[in-house]
Amino acid sequence: MEASILVIQLLNGLQLGILLFLLSAGLTLTFGIMDFVNLAHGALYMLGAFFCATLTIYTGSFLLAVAVAIPLTALAGYILERLVVQHLYHRDHLDHVLATFGLILCIDTLVHLIWGPEGIAIPLPEILNTQVEIFPGIVFPTFRLLIIGMGLTAAAGLYLLVNHTRVGMLIRAGASNRRMVGALGVDISTLFSGVFALGAALAGLAGMLIAPITEASIGMGSDIIITTFVVIIIGGIGSMKGAFLAALIIGLIDTFGRSFLDDIFKIFMSGEAAETAAPAVSAMLIYILMAVILAFRPQGLFPPLTR
Amino acid sequence: MPEATIGKQHTAVKWISIVMITALAVIPFGLYLAGNAFWLDIFTRLVILAIAACGLNLILGLGGLVSFGHAAYIGLGAYAVGIPVYHSTYGGMDAIASYNGFVHLGLAMAVCALFALVTGIISLRTRGVNFIMITMAFGQMMFYAIVSLETYGGDDGLTIDLRSEFPLITLDNPVTLYIVCYLSLLALVFLLHRISHSRFGLILQGAKFNEERMGAIGVNCYRYQLTAFVLSGLICGYAGFLLGNFTTFISPEMMDWTRSGEIMFMVILGGAAALWGPVIGAVIFIVLEFVLSEITIYWHLYFGLLLIFSVLFMRGGVSGALSRWFNSSRSSGTQRQA
Amino acid sequence: MSHPILEVQQLNKSFGGVIATDNVDMRVTQGEIHALIGPNGAGKTTLISQLSGLLTPDSGEIIFQGKTITGLPAYEFCRAGLARSFQITSVFQEMSLLDNVAMAVQARSGHSFKFWKNAKKEKLLREPALQYLEQVGLAERCNWLASEVSHGERRQLEIAMALATEPQMLLLDEPMAGMGREESAQLISTLNGLKKDKTLLLVEHDMDAVFALADTITVLVYGRVVASGEPDSIRNNEQVRQAYLGEDDN
Repeated sequence: MEASILVIQLLNGLQLGILLFLLSAGLTLTFGIMDFVNLAHGALYMLGAFFCATLTIYTGSFLLAVAVAIPLTALAGYILERLVVQHLYHRDHLDHVLATFGLILCIDTLVHLIWGPEGIAIPLPEILNTQVEIFPGIVFPTFRLLIIGMGLTAAAGLYLLVNHTRVGMLIRAGASNRRMVGALGVDISTLFSGVFALGAALAGLAGMLIAPITEASIGMGSDIIITTFVVIIIGGIGSMKGAFLAALIIGLIDTFGRSFLDDIFKIFMSGEAAETAAPAVSAMLIYILMAVILAFRPQGLFPPLTR
Repeated sequence: MPEATIGKQHTAVKWISIVMITALAVIPFGLYLAGNAFWLDIFTRLVILAIAACGLNLILGLGGLVSFGHAAYIGLGAYAVGIPVYHSTYGGMDAIASYNGFVHLGLAMAVCALFALVTGIISLRTRGVNFIMITMAFGQMMFYAIVSLETYGGDDGLTIDLRSEFPLITLDNPVTLYIVCYLSLLALVFLLHRISHSRFGLILQGAKFNEERMGAIGVNCYRYQLTAFVLSGLICGYAGFLLGNFTTFISPEMMDWTRSGEIMFMVILGGAAALWGPVIGAVIFIVLEFVLSEITIYWHLYFGLLLIFSVLFMRGGVSGALSRWFNSSRSSGTQRQA
Repeated sequence: MSHPILEVQQLNKSFGGVIATDNVDMRVTQGEIHALIGPNGAGKTTLISQLSGLLTPDSGEIIFQGKTITGLPAYEFCRAGLARSFQITSVFQEMSLLDNVAMAVQARSGHSFKFWKNAKKEKLLREPALQYLEQVGLAERCNWLASEVSHGERRQLEIAMALATEPQMLLLDEPMAGMGREESAQLISTLNGLKKDKTLLLVEHDMDAVFALADTITVLVYGRVVASGEPDSIRNNEQVRQAYLGEDDN
């Protein structure tokens, strides 16, 4: 019994971690390569969810909807980059923060305008809306397994792209030396737009994967973006490897904190005190972890070498 | 002559100050006496937001540190009023019933100082993006902490039906409250004016321009920045304390990071470089919120667009534009050449 | 022989496999002008940065006036009496020259937790600041913004700021870089004037200036000290000629 809960929570934590990685990967790319802080990254996550919701309702197929919504979100990212973001690269971080905060307000309101104030649930196809017996006696929702699978696939694809392709080489070179990439005769502004769109697609994918569980809603991006920041702060800003590991750590710790902390607290305090303290501490757990890690390593666990 | 460049702004700043001081004193009372009590509420909110924006500007404008978690202090200040009030209404802590103002204010200051100190110690070891994100995360941590306090309403918030009482002053009366807020703002702006020209202020500005240089002349900037960070938190906590006395309802939502963004919006839109910039920003914010929300429920769209446009096209905010306008409208004879 | 004011023992620093400082030993005697020369990329600025606390060496010791100061933050180096000027001019561009130097005066005159008094009207800060500006010949321009004066004048300002921290020893990183003949001559006379009560460690490319000023010269090539001694012995040192001076002569 205990063991089965443990396994299930482990998988839940893994699933959250994977989603956080998809989000933090995009931020890491835009920060690492363009030195750009994008608060509106969460808005792209939300857009992905809404695109997917509408498409699922129209096409009747969730998977088809995802396949169409990913390029759509990338396109949205591309347009944002061309319209606003591009003009901010040479500005300081304060300007990045303010302008992308403005973008959040705009996108949130536009979503409100188009889709209305209510959240939209995404119906899952029958095949996915089941449970699988992964170990004898331990069942786990098929869809959550799919999230883990798709997330890991995306992570692997990203790894291959960055480490084994020409584009990836440019990306890596761009992260360590912007001018050099320019000197290689690469059209920097196209590369930047492409990277931004890629980040948007990854964030959008995360939104599409979570929406069938939580539903697509306004504000979903603003909530998750801070957790994503915690991930990349802990991982070391600009480091893809750091983002991946920190995302898994945060996913697991957050999930375990919420499910087991009151039991742990009950070991050394009264039941009532534990019931009060546990939710507060578990809500703050990842931030406390961040504080502790930063106290010892101000640059995070795996700061990129080039900075 | 020694302050030639700052001197250029003097006329602009002086006029803006006089206009602001008079307007904030005359308009709400005029309207109140004319029987329009509603406006006093709007102005009280405005002045409280202006105090918070000035608080943020101490670290942002003077220190150049982009702290994105300042809504947390406002929330903590408000809850420092709300939680004791909750207890005195529902019993449990009778000792704090009379002259509860000292309890409220004391609690607000103590909690904010502690929170600013602890988070400042950690976040000030980093710079740039790291600092922005870390202050944001710590702010959000407080948001979640308050959300998880079921006793005090959690997500649903807390009703405040009691006001802080001091000897001779009771904040129960809206006019008294406004006077207190107004005088607090004046005192604060004057204080910030003094600080910006003091040794402490010079160190902060030096660190903003060139921190490496400050180290090379033997200054440990960290201590000063941490002090400014705590001071800034205290000021926002004070604004929160006033807000707790102003509204009848507080909720964690007021601590959300997007609220921090709004305060930052005020500072930048008004102009971080100018003493009255944040106050101007608060005025614009309230006016926009009020006017736009009358016209459309989608007013946040215009808000966002304005923010983007002001970042892209208007350097130094409204006060920057104003002082440029003042300078150009004055004769070009002030051009200095030696 | 007088005792060393600064002693560097087996200092090492590398950046991701590139060795910038290779087992450097160095002694600077009290009251001398010590020049550090070497071809481009010899690691002079890296060494100066370690000697001013901006970079932390991987290993080795920096002993200043008998006190080990290795690994301390930059501001502690300055407080110990070791001030530096920067190769790429690093002053407060938005402030007047007087404000720049007054900042440095303020830095050494106690803590700055003073929130009320207008520091720009404090005689205690302004008067000494003006004197330091006078010392480098900038008193007339004291109210100009640092961004408005010439490059050479900014270099002078750098030195005035370093002097204002009242150091026993000054580290000057290429003070003459980008200066015209006249400005260089002026600076050389300023530095000669400092000689009586300050020790100077000077990184410089201008060989005329080096041989005109220096009492001792240390030659750095690829992060390693290849020679150290009086100007004449350096001039005649075969190794140095090969590694460095030879290239310049042709």
